[in-house]
Amino acid sequence: MKYMVSVIDDRTGSATADEMTAIHAFNERLQADGNWVFASGLAGPETSTVIDNRGGEPLITDGPFLETKEYFAGFWIMAAPDLDVALRLAAEGSKACNRRVEVRPLL
Amino acid sequence: MSGADVRAEITRAHREEWARVVASVTKRFGDLDVAEEAAAEAFAAAVERWPSDGVPANPGAWLTTTANRRAIDRLRRESKRDDKQKEAGLVFGDNPPEPLGAIDDERLRLIFTCCHPALAMQTRVALTLRMVGGLTVPEIARAFLVQEATMGQRISRAKAKIKAARIPYRVPSAADLPARVSGVLAVLFLVYNEGYLATGPDPDPVRHDLTAEAIRLARLIRTLLPDDGEVAGLLALMLLTEARRTARVSPGGELVSLDEQDRGTWDAALIAEGHRLVRERLASGVAPGRYQLLAAINAVHTSARDVRDTDWSQVIALYDQLAAVDPSPVVVLNRAVAVGELDGPAVALAAVDRLGASLAGYHAFHATRAELLRRLGRTEEARAAYDEAIALAGNTAESAALTRRRDRLESG
Repeated sequence: MKYMVSVIDDRTGSATADEMTAIHAFNERLQADGNWVFASGLAGPETSTVIDNRGGEPLITDGPFLETKEYFAGFWIMAAPDLDVALRLAAEGSKACNRRVEVRPLL
Repeated sequence: MSGADVRAEITRAHREEWARVVASVTKRFGDLDVAEEAAAEAFAAAVERWPSDGVPANPGAWLTTTANRRAIDRLRRESKRDDKQKEAGLVFGDNPPEPLGAIDDERLRLIFTCCHPALAMQTRVALTLRMVGGLTVPEIARAFLVQEATMGQRISRAKAKIKAARIPYRVPSAADLPARVSGVLAVLFLVYNEGYLATGPDPDPVRHDLTAEAIRLARLIRTLLPDDGEVAGLLALMLLTEARRTARVSPGGELVSLDEQDRGTWDAALIAEGHRLVRERLASGVAPGRYQLLAAINAVHTSARDVRDTDWSQVIALYDQLAAVDPSPVVVLNRAVAVGELDGPAVALAAVDRLGASLAGYHAFHATRAELLRRLGRTEEARAAYDEAIALAGNTAESAALTRRRDRLESG
């Protein structure tokens, strides 16, 4: 089972040096314990582009799909046998990056 | 066996076996939805067959076997329709929970799954009443004054989340257990309180079905976790509160406060059982948690044959202990009431007035102030405080009692 753990923030690239160190240490633990799939930070929503090619001609719009005050600033994809394990890992991730995180199962 | 006897036997089986049947089918097929439906079908089959075939020698085993067959039938039907769904069920079933010795009971897994912290509190309550308590969706909807469709949806969504997010069907690890047990107790306490002081303009101020169900579930958890002090504490608290149920509402439908209750109508058997549990916890020598302290406070009250015999200094000492584990303003408010009995209304009012910032929206804060102001002869202020309390009270019986107290004030 895989879970997406998204980092909730109102800025991107805002992690302090201490937070980055904690995130790296946490990522190494995830890799050592076999829970690591992938992780990355995300550029801000002002860099995003929406594209709609349902009508034959790609329609390109500048900006994010949803205009919100808070958004996802990064994410982990973690492998975990069940939600209890995913929540425990996500709690460690939240502590490491010093942000709230959202846990969602992948289909 | 007469028809009435068979019906009584079915009712008994439903009360005692429902959770076990749901738990056992869930364990085997890894799907709460399948288990709920199969259990309901098994009980419907009992209603149909037992009157003519007779009650089986082991009703629980009969019901579990029947439910398992119904579940297999459903999964077969669905596997023809949707192979993917069958796969999901099988993957779940491949991960049997690890045995955990004395506390490894299937019903316990069911309770912990229904009370999982990833579910909203309201959802946990509804799911626990349905899956563990065996209440029907219409019954639960009525108890919480919501539309049947809304309640059905709430339960369906919860089952879907448990499946999709893979909320595990197992007893939590030892490290997580205390927090998870307290989550379960919070659900039961909420069910009890909703029954004890129903919100909304309802003609029946106490919903006995809910208080009885909460006590029954607390007893079940106590048999499953006999060494947990807070489980014993919550059960004792419910029993000692339940013992005063009939004395608490007047024939006219008004709430009767503790000092005005006819103590002769209190249920002596429930009080004795509650006191036994409190004594057992005291003898354990382990520092008591919130529910044990609340139970102990109730034990002091129910030990007094007359309100004037109440050991108020003991009540205050227990509230001091409670404030150390639960420093909420409501605890301070209740302590102040006891202080009012021991040291007089002026001292108590000073303590209550310090809570104004945090409790201004709580009817009991204004009701307590009103009572203390009345005793101090500050009639007009008391009247204003009663008015605020009445405006905020969410229960008809409670506002009726407050209105009577206000109208009894001498015109100042």
